[in-house]
Amino acid sequence: MDELKQALKEEVPELDCLMAWGQGFDPLHATPLFIRDAGEVDQVIWNPLCVQNLATYLPGLKGKRVGVLVKGCDSRSVVELLQEKLINRDEVTVFGLPCSGVLDLKKLAARMPEDFGMVREVDLQEDKLVITTAKQTHTFDKQELLPTKCLTCQYPNPVIADRVFGETKSPVEPAEGRYFDLEALEERSLPERLEYWKRELDRCIRCYACRNACPLCVCRDHCIAETREPSWLRQEDTVREKLMFQMIHAMHLAGRCTECGECERVCPMDIPVLTFKRKLNKDLLELFRYEAGVDETAVPPLMTFQVDEENINERGW
Amino acid sequence: MGEIRFLSEDKLRQWLEELSRDCSVWAPVKEDEAVVFRLFDSTKELSLERQPTAPPKEALFPKSETMLLYRYQKDPEDPGKQSLELKERQPVGRQIVFGARPCGARGFTIFDPVFEEGAYHDPYYQVRREKTSFVTLTCTTPENSCFCHWVGSSPSDPAGSDVLLTPVEGGYALEAVTEKGAQLLDSDLLVEGEAKRQEAEAVKQGASEALGQAPDLSDVPERLFELFEDLDFWERMSAKCISCGACTYLCPTCYCFNISDEPSGLAGKRVRSWDNCMSYLFTLEGSGHNPRPTKAHRLRNRVGHKFSYYPELHQGIFACCGCGRCIKSCPVCVDIREIVMSAKEHADAS
Repeated sequence: MDELKQALKEEVPELDCLMAWGQGFDPLHATPLFIRDAGEVDQVIWNPLCVQNLATYLPGLKGKRVGVLVKGCDSRSVVELLQEKLINRDEVTVFGLPCSGVLDLKKLAARMPEDFGMVREVDLQEDKLVITTAKQTHTFDKQELLPTKCLTCQYPNPVIADRVFGETKSPVEPAEGRYFDLEALEERSLPERLEYWKRELDRCIRCYACRNACPLCVCRDHCIAETREPSWLRQEDTVREKLMFQMIHAMHLAGRCTECGECERVCPMDIPVLTFKRKLNKDLLELFRYEAGVDETAVPPLMTFQVDEENINERGW
Repeated sequence: MGEIRFLSEDKLRQWLEELSRDCSVWAPVKEDEAVVFRLFDSTKELSLERQPTAPPKEALFPKSETMLLYRYQKDPEDPGKQSLELKERQPVGRQIVFGARPCGARGFTIFDPVFEEGAYHDPYYQVRREKTSFVTLTCTTPENSCFCHWVGSSPSDPAGSDVLLTPVEGGYALEAVTEKGAQLLDSDLLVEGEAKRQEAEAVKQGASEALGQAPDLSDVPERLFELFEDLDFWERMSAKCISCGACTYLCPTCYCFNISDEPSGLAGKRVRSWDNCMSYLFTLEGSGHNPRPTKAHRLRNRVGHKFSYYPELHQGIFACCGCGRCIKSCPVCVDIREIVMSAKEHADAS
């Protein structure tokens, strides 16, 4: 940590802005920190509560010299943005942090619904988490509070970085496979799946946090979800419109999504919207053996074609 | 303070079923880890142990409501000529909002002057307001994001409520705040509860004390006016904001809306739907000009409206009930308390 802070302090004068994490409004919440002065580096924290993917801010800061702290998963967003030429490599200084998993605060909230909002102290130990609230003290196994992305993480170490701080971590090889969480849904019939999504999406408030937190949703102010011309979505509060938006989002991310999980993490209504993208990624892996955001020079499968695709039987029917 | 009635825990569902016989009852229900207001029926499990994820805003201000239906009719004799048929839609029916926290009920007191006073009277809002009662649950322990005491409220604030429920041993102490509320307490399931008065008062006091001291915000409206042109300040405040609408849509006091026609062929609906000032399109003008082109402009508006422009128009009242949803549900933990205090201190320093 000292080594990291020292390096950041040295780098800040060279940058317009450095993005890191600081402590948020309570001991459980981290918040993005935008540093312009070396003195502010002392506020930087790095622990399993640093959930936000700071690469999300990079396209908006194009043209400025920025530094950014990234976990393994976040670094894939940087690579994908470079692949798509949405940011310039020489403008970004990447500080890589090997990561052994962040905490899923929604899983934590489910374990302590009554006093999740009243946390006084958090003690982050190697495998355990001791939380003292206004009402009691809880002890949890860290493993039980990891989000799906960490339980299946293939890239705990940054795939791109100018400097790396910390020991190299090993990827996770879940016995049930990398997409074990999708099986329950895939086993259902299509009408059953639709029923499931109707129930989940009904409570969507259309705040578009899922879109705005996504590092690859770069249309920003011009997203067709809200434009009136063309008017792709209606203003009525129906699941049809909400599902349509999720489809637009997922399809626009096909072959681009790096599964950083921000869309799902930020959903204030706890809707599992990452599922759509994981399903697409699973298909992409099976069909094209492709993963987004790991190789800066790779050509995404939907940007090219082969006369005979290896895993698609186009003439067989 | 009026009469106290007592409702035992095991009779709560029964009471709600009784109330829902002749009106719709909104109640907090758990869906995954979110707690949302749904129309109560006997199949739904209540979730009262924490502040609902979303406030009961849609009870009076639906996410999207049909204001009128329209249909163009072509004249068979002269296809170039069309007549227009309009059908007005008005909300009907009595409803009760059960189990909101005082901040959730108080939110509508911020709506009232905008929708019911002055030059514009909104018939859709007015009808619902008149026909809705609020049976509100007082808070026992504040969350880290709570700051109702900053804006002149409290964990047992009766403003905007018709009945206050305070959790006590074995059930709830109920007190009517309004005449409308007193009528709701006329049930055989409730018993005389004078003996619970002291306990209920202690619960309320405990919650208020747990919030601690509130800062003096009386100079904030003026400070924010002074900071209006200081875009550097607003850029710093909004650097981490991702410009989504979670804060506004979960806010009990945010009331902005859009009106649009949603056609299907020659017929269609005119709908009013939630809109939010965090969105670029909110202020995009037909000419292509946008007076609030960056998130700094937009966050300035959100904070300025709540803590400066609204109080300027409405007797100094802040358009914020301190529920803290904008803080705890923000993807990146933008803290409105921090912005307000920065505005106060920034101006002090200069």
